Amino acid sequence: MTDAAVRVAYLTAGVLFILSLSGLSHQRTARRGNLLGVLGMLIALGATALDSGFSGHWVLAGAIIPAVVIGVLLARRVAMTAMPQLVAILHSFVGLAAVFVGLATYLAHASDTPRTAEVTVHLVEVYLGVCIGSLTFTGSVIAFLKLQGLLSGRPLLLPGRHILNILMGLGLGAGLGWFLGAPAHLALWPLLLATAVSGILGVHLVWSIGGADMPVVVSMLNSYSGWAAAAAGFMLDNDLLIITGALVGSSGAILSYIMCKGMNRSFLSVIFGGFGGESAGPPAGAQPAGEVRSVDVSQAVALLDDARSVVIVPGYGMAVARAQHALAEAVRLLTERGTKVRFAIHPVAGRLPGHMNVLLAEASVPYGIVLEMSEINEDFPETDLVLVIGANDIVNPAAQDDPSSPIAGMPVLEVWKAKTVIVMKRGMATGYAGVDNPLFYRENTRMLFGDAKKNVDAMLGGLRGGG
Amino acid sequence: MRIGIPREVHPEERRVAGTPETVIRLRQLGFEVLIETGAGEASGSGDSAYAEAGAAIAPTRSDVWACDIVLKVRPPQDLPGGGHEADLLREGGTLISFIWPAQNKALLDRLALRKANVLAMDCVPRITRAQKLDALSAMANLAGNRAVIEAAAAYPALFAGQITAAGTIDPARVFVVGAGVAGLAAVGAARALGAVVSAFDTRPEVAEQVKSMGAEFVPLDFKEEGAGTGGYAKQMSDAFLKAEQDLFARQALKSDIIITTALIPGRPAPRLITAGAVESMKPGSVIVDLAAEQGGNCALTRPGEAVRHKGVTIIGYTDLPGRLGALASRLYGANLAHFLEDLGGASSFALNQEDDVVRGALVMRGGDVLWPPKHPPAQPAVTTPTKRPETAAPLPGPAKPAPVKKRSLWPAVAGLLAGAALVAIGAWAPENFITHFTVFVLACFVGWQVVWNVTPALHTPLMSVTNAISGIILIGGMASLSGGPISAPLVLGAAAVFIATINIAGGFWVTNRMLAMFRN
Repeated sequence: MTDAAVRVAYLTAGVLFILSLSGLSHQRTARRGNLLGVLGMLIALGATALDSGFSGHWVLAGAIIPAVVIGVLLARRVAMTAMPQLVAILHSFVGLAAVFVGLATYLAHASDTPRTAEVTVHLVEVYLGVCIGSLTFTGSVIAFLKLQGLLSGRPLLLPGRHILNILMGLGLGAGLGWFLGAPAHLALWPLLLATAVSGILGVHLVWSIGGADMPVVVSMLNSYSGWAAAAAGFMLDNDLLIITGALVGSSGAILSYIMCKGMNRSFLSVIFGGFGGESAGPPAGAQPAGEVRSVDVSQAVALLDDARSVVIVPGYGMAVARAQHALAEAVRLLTERGTKVRFAIHPVAGRLPGHMNVLLAEASVPYGIVLEMSEINEDFPETDLVLVIGANDIVNPAAQDDPSSPIAGMPVLEVWKAKTVIVMKRGMATGYAGVDNPLFYRENTRMLFGDAKKNVDAMLGGLRGGG
Repeated sequence: MRIGIPREVHPEERRVAGTPETVIRLRQLGFEVLIETGAGEASGSGDSAYAEAGAAIAPTRSDVWACDIVLKVRPPQDLPGGGHEADLLREGGTLISFIWPAQNKALLDRLALRKANVLAMDCVPRITRAQKLDALSAMANLAGNRAVIEAAAAYPALFAGQITAAGTIDPARVFVVGAGVAGLAAVGAARALGAVVSAFDTRPEVAEQVKSMGAEFVPLDFKEEGAGTGGYAKQMSDAFLKAEQDLFARQALKSDIIITTALIPGRPAPRLITAGAVESMKPGSVIVDLAAEQGGNCALTRPGEAVRHKGVTIIGYTDLPGRLGALASRLYGANLAHFLEDLGGASSFALNQEDDVVRGALVMRGGDVLWPPKHPPAQPAVTTPTKRPETAAPLPGPAKPAPVKKRSLWPAVAGLLAGAALVAIGAWAPENFITHFTVFVLACFVGWQVVWNVTPALHTPLMSVTNAISGIILIGGMASLSGGPISAPLVLGAAAVFIATINIAGGFWVTNRMLAMFRN
């Protein structure tokens, strides 16, 4: 293929990627969008492989075929509840690939050519690409470990962590100067050093972010992986990489922004971390008064039997307990009896944007009854029963009426306005934000303690028996 | 410790301060229970049922009153054969009962002679923690329900509307005054019978509760806030009262049933329904006055009786909860048992005045009158749920001042930085870079536009598909694959292709798996 043909192929692939993303805006067109993405990828790959200047076909095949097998196996095996971890670890692959590409590009072209502006720009691109890639890689690995539960969700709060971040940032800037100034045979060192420092920065940044902010972190890393690809595009003069990287980068940035808005927090305060655990003890004076009324499964079933309209608020606890299938079955039973059942999804429920939707879809809950916070918040006063399953901070009234609360101002689902609220929870522990929840002490709240899956199963049995 | 439960003296009182169920509960708390013979007869529990529950049966009243703690429903009163219940209390004994200290000063004096400790169930502060011992709410709930039943029995028609072959039956129009516990219970009961219900309250914030029960809220176009402490309405001005009376006169014309529940603590009930308003009602209409014991909301109410005035029945029964004797006794007994549990049970029984609930209810200690309490009871529990929305921030929209301030500064700074960066790029960057940069910036904007439209439900698939697409970096790896023998760039390039491909295959595949699950 000629150079022009390859460029046209790249343009086609770029357009297909854009169509792919826009296809994902609705359920109807989403699968088509995914296929367009696959098609774009195949065209891009094919065009590159058929480029007249390309000669590494055997190596290519040797690298691609086992990778496809591994990727497909991963994707097939993973449980829907483990989706956040999968996405995080895949991000790390892009980051690592970006580091390799940067280093390879540098090594292939390193020579003591005169430092024209073009060469300088190229070197800056290499340096940035490697740094972003490395940060994405280590950050995603930490995010993976946290989501997988191999690392505690609590943020690591080193003393002077902001200063540490600034120092590492300044160090990276200084490293760039060193890298540009050094003769070619020595310049590899600052590049490798920068890779290491960026990696440490990535670890530190993500480690100091609390588990509650994981949706933001994951989408932010998604964004970084895009910028890393774009940086690679700059260094390789490849417009397709630039386009794709920019698409992914801005998409991840928007998702992060939406998540932050969902928590009413500034982006900066999230990425520089420390929330979600810093206030492990609730602030003095905010201790909710009142007592906790607990119910057992049969009482909960009786409440469900009596309710004519039910709203279910799922949270990360539902995902952890894998209660969505039993829950979906209970919803079907109730709906058949004429009870109006709907789901209310908070923007930051779970550990990934849209996490709850995926789980409910997995359990074949029709998406027509799965509503967003803004769609359903007004309906709570007319709701007989709200079932909160493994959610905490997103239904915390303190966000609205306790200005001293760490989550003050965060939009929440106003479940307490319903006639009765059943909160299913393991115990009285605080949520990821480490904030006590006055909802549990409200007079119309009933606590159903225990494992969400077991309780939902038992309730399902009760509904069948009673129905 | 021994608890005594006497038989109620009031001739129309069907309740008793404890059912056999209560006895079991009290015994679990470590108390011995002594009950006067025949105490539970009117509420359907014979002596044998109490004995089975573990209570000792006392043949005489004085044995019961000699116990450490005496539980009662009505305030102590004159005995039919002479004497007074209060005089029977042992010296230093403890009495838990309804007391109504504001209306019963003389009773307090009598109890003081006995150096009594008196806990008034009607003075329990209405805070959230005290809900389980809020006997007023428990009784008001029953009264509200029963009021509707009494009205329905006296009303010479049906509540629900029907269209039959024999003609159309209009639904009854019920108007409820005062949307407290009793009022809301009445709204619910009337709705359940099929009536068209509207309700009024001086506290505008209860409108939401009224609507939630399926009734229409009738607002009063007059500026004066009616929320007092403890979840009650407060005393209003004369002009306000006049405006209210006008409103009720208009409502009376339209209504078949009026149920009034307006009470102000420690004061006579406000006169809301004038004789004129009553006379304007259709013949057969019914008024149930739940405030009868405090003088009545209706000018023509006679406490304890049902009277007819120009075709309108005015029911002023003061024993509505008592008409549900068994249920009312069970609920009241549960309230008492919860209270005794909070007081420490038999083993560590103590009247801890640091506790707001105890301090509020304790009207006398060792003969010293502690009523009224020096500091008013804390926040009103009943009204708080509805107040929240007003103080709460609205949804995401423009809200708090802090973000606004940030917003005003940030775009300017960002704009300046972006401008400076563009000038720098324009001045120094090579042409090739500018071409790429153009593509980059435009692509960012395209991505921005496209992704905004994605529905939140698809955010996870979006993320996994963008993740797969960002595997395009494999093309960068492929750039190093061409060329001869094995070299560092070749190895790095191959590694990049390998992991990027895992990403691509895994990302697309898992997206497909997720999307396959979304169904309509």
